[in-house]
Amino acid sequence: MAEQRVIVVGGGLAGLAASVRIAEAGLPVDLFSMVPVKRSHSVCAQGGINACNEVARQQGYSEYEHFDETIYGGDFLADQHPVLEMANWAPNIIDLLDRMGVPFNRTAEGYRDLRLFGGSLFKRTHFAGATTGQQLLYALDEQTRRYESEGKVKKYEFWEFLWPVTQGEGDEKRCVGIVAQDMRTMQIRAFRAAAVVMATGGNGLIFGKSTNSVICTGGAASRCYQEGAWYGNPEMIQVHPTAIPGADKLRLMSESARGEGGRVWVPRKKGDTRRPTDIPEAERYYFLEERYPAYGNIVPRDIATREIFDICVNEGMGVDGQNQVYLDLTHRDPEYLTRKLGGILDIYEKFVGVDPRFTPMKIFPAVHYSMGGLWTDYTPGDYMPDVPKPAHKSGAPVPVDNKMGHGLTIGAPNNMMSNIKGLYAFGEVNFAYHGANRLGANALLSCIFDGLCNGVSVVNFVRDSGTPGVDGLDQSIYDRVVRQEQEKHDRLVNSARSATGDEAYNPYRIAKELGDEMTAASTVVKTGERLERALAKVAELRDRYAKVELCDAASWTNQSLSFARATGDMLILAEAMLKAGLLRKESRGAHYRKDFPERDDENFFKTSIARFNPQTQQSDIEFVPVRAPLVLPRARTYGKADTKAGKPQPAAAHA
Amino acid sequence: MSGAYAHEYNAETRRANRQRAKPGRSIILKIKRCDGPGKPSRWESFKVPVEPGSNVISCLKYIASHPVTTDGKRTTPVVWDSGCLEEVCGACTMVINGRVRQSCSCLIDEYAPDEGDTLTLEPMSKFPVIRDLWVDRERMFHALRRVKAWVPIDGTYNLGPGPKESPEHQQMRYALSECMTCGCCLEACPQYLQESDPEKWDTSFIGAAAINQVRLFNEHKTGKRLKADRLEALMGPGGITDCGNAQNCVKVCPKGIPLTESIAAVGRSTTVHAFTRFFKGR
Ligand SMILES: Cc1cc2nc3c(=O)[nH]c(=O)nc-3n(C[C@H](O)[C@H](O)[C@H](O)COP(=O)(O)OP(=O)(O)OC[C@H]3O[C@@H](n4cnc5c(N)ncnc54)[C@H](O)[C@@H]3O)c2cc1C
Ligand code: SF4
Ligand code: SF4
Ligand code: FES
Repeated sequence: MAEQRVIVVGGGLAGLAASVRIAEAGLPVDLFSMVPVKRSHSVCAQGGINACNEVARQQGYSEYEHFDETIYGGDFLADQHPVLEMANWAPNIIDLLDRMGVPFNRTAEGYRDLRLFGGSLFKRTHFAGATTGQQLLYALDEQTRRYESEGKVKKYEFWEFLWPVTQGEGDEKRCVGIVAQDMRTMQIRAFRAAAVVMATGGNGLIFGKSTNSVICTGGAASRCYQEGAWYGNPEMIQVHPTAIPGADKLRLMSESARGEGGRVWVPRKKGDTRRPTDIPEAERYYFLEERYPAYGNIVPRDIATREIFDICVNEGMGVDGQNQVYLDLTHRDPEYLTRKLGGILDIYEKFVGVDPRFTPMKIFPAVHYSMGGLWTDYTPGDYMPDVPKPAHKSGAPVPVDNKMGHGLTIGAPNNMMSNIKGLYAFGEVNFAYHGANRLGANALLSCIFDGLCNGVSVVNFVRDSGTPGVDGLDQSIYDRVVRQEQEKHDRLVNSARSATGDEAYNPYRIAKELGDEMTAASTVVKTGERLERALAKVAELRDRYAKVELCDAASWTNQSLSFARATGDMLILAEAMLKAGLLRKESRGAHYRKDFPERDDENFFKTSIARFNPQTQQSDIEFVPVRAPLVLPRARTYGKADTKAGKPQPAAAHA
Repeated sequence: MSGAYAHEYNAETRRANRQRAKPGRSIILKIKRCDGPGKPSRWESFKVPVEPGSNVISCLKYIASHPVTTDGKRTTPVVWDSGCLEEVCGACTMVINGRVRQSCSCLIDEYAPDEGDTLTLEPMSKFPVIRDLWVDRERMFHALRRVKAWVPIDGTYNLGPGPKESPEHQQMRYALSECMTCGCCLEACPQYLQESDPEKWDTSFIGAAAINQVRLFNEHKTGKRLKADRLEALMGPGGITDCGNAQNCVKVCPKGIPLTESIAAVGRSTTVHAFTRFFKGR
């Protein structure tokens, strides 16, 4: 029998790391991507990638503390075992990237340099200028190209994944391939595979404008969800505190700006019209530093975002009376800034026309990252304490060392496999690791970790004698899905021919209304009443979408068709996000319910799982307990000055 | 004229334009369109309302939802390539007012500050058009395979850190490593010509971007192991001697990569390599 093939959908960090690992193990990989993989969204990542390192270790930091921080940062919503494994792998992942040639910034002596990032008092973020994602993506792209040259990876670039092909029902349902479309010729066809890895990234476009790239619709995840894959914590969407408002996109100003000393402030006097540089120190309100003496400007994102929102929207203290605050780096040496942050400062200068080395930047929060994603399973490793541990103190002995296999049973076939057998989810599309809030510079880590660690699980699943090959499967299984997608395609093309021209059915218009509604109802501050209204709005949009009309009937390179198709899938995912948000009657991490402002562990120390109901065409939400046997939940205060938690913790000693 | 740098606006003009630009105005986008390979091209103009912060991409998006020309003719949305929208993925490269550049970072206020100003958009001329402004740059990725632009590591198992490196050397490699495969340098290069037959890619001029990658990987301690292979790939037809030293490439590179310096450095290496090869009698 010929060696079984694996399909990887998505060529960002997660997809490329998976391709390299699987090809290295000897299985041929078919790699699908809507863009040349080197242009995947991962290229945008700026700030860096976290890992325990020798300097931090000698100051009392450890992989275990990285793990503990990530769980605390995620407000205890993440399943815990995979996070432990990820933190333990992190230093090895950095070493590997280093060997691949990533130009990590260096100290004078030639060691890898480190910077501070949100949610930690230790320098544990490795970086390559302010374009770390670009540099990591290129390194993995190069390694993939090497396997491509050897014929072990076959790339399908400018191919869009349309639907998973599955066989069987219920627990026995298995993914045996995909249907995809060539975005140039518009040819639709099926591909067989013994396992399929989804590595399709985030879904920022559901919110209209975000920090994401133009293809981050979540369409691919939504299609798996509609085919029966569960979706975990859909309501958990990260809003990044610092972005530049723009006409087409909200461009990120990385957290590294704050990690390198950036200070967030507004004038103490409302409506102060002086130039920022003319406002004396005493008349500036450094509200994050005053409210969070321990972490100051490097509090985690959800907290910084809510405080900025509070200053602008509730207190009306935004700069120039608008929704914006200053992010100030002008007190630092311009040359230092160029060396450490050049990439992002250039972006600000290019798009705003002002040099942030000399004038404070004006920024506001923007939708950035999806903690929620396809639900995945795993086999825990060998670390199993009798009772979950309390907070870890820096420097204290760690309950478990940094060896592999404590968090996950390495290579267990179900690691990061969805509820559909043989269908895996890696990277941002995977709901594991980040709980209710992701810490900065942990995403790149989770993407690469998924590919490298859990790529082995894919290989083992395919080679497992219990997994039948797909060569012998009846072609009709595949033809059925091709037909379904061809019909959908034809219906959309024909809509352009019989168009009424009514704006209400324009796909761009529908997507824009969806984005506006989702941003207004389901980002920084949510209420039950507003979420219900948003659900009604989404229902209305879905009705309109049923009559969607394209303006392009071309049978060659029809971009609006691809967008219109994804719009339908975005509407379905949006409904799950809203419904889970409505039912989660508590506040946790990025999910803040004004009508339920406290975390409620008794009722909601639980993962929300959305299942698509083909009868009602809507989501059914179930809350299941978080798999949390390692760390005990504790109040998440980040030493806020006026909380009951008592004295603030000491200021960043290692900055 | 296409590709080179007619109508380059310097930083001062752009800043002045930005300050002068009136919000609430409309501009004209004149776009060179083509329905597919082998189809004739045509020009279409669109009137687009702009706001501060508008860029070419937001205008194209506007056209996508209002595909009506200035003559009132209903047409199809324009097809273009884009990704990051922050000049880091290289996808959205096109020729704007005769100059090749990224469209996402092309701010309307800087280039068309007055009511009714026209901006022309054309696809790059050195690559086959797929449709409208979208071109096929697969040849650029092929060039990266041609010169083995990777570090030949032993595998992904844990084998400790990579080589130590001085900050100066890291900064040098980082600068070379920012190439986003956008193709501006090729569009502007008089020696780089369109070649749609993949069979001929290995013998046609490879261009500045890939030569720079040769330098990047030859500068890495482990990457060096493939140095000879890379240099040989540049010594045959379509290699480094095809470069006429016109230096257009370095002027249009959006990432400010020192391309002529890289070409010179790699040129020296190939000479040295040719000598050693000669004396070794290979
Ligand atoms: C501006 C910005 C800055 C960031 N900075 C950092 C940082 O400093 N540190 C950090 O840790 N994280 C950062 N993040 C988060 C991080 O970049 C992302 O979470 C991560 O890159 C996602 O990688 P991925 O591999 O999961 O997916 P992506 O890189 O998004 O790739 C998705 C892939 O899937 C493909 N795809 C999608 N849909 C389809 C389909 N239907 N058919 C075929 N292919 C498809 C795409 O073509 C692409 O190849 C940042 C994010 C943003 C937006
Ligand atoms: S220097 Fe060489 S590569 Fe650059 S534009 Fe001139 S001929 Fe082309
Ligand atoms: S060298 Fe510069 S111009 Fe050429 S492809 Fe790379 S980034 Fe673009
Ligand atoms: S869209 Fe990525 S460079 Fe313009």
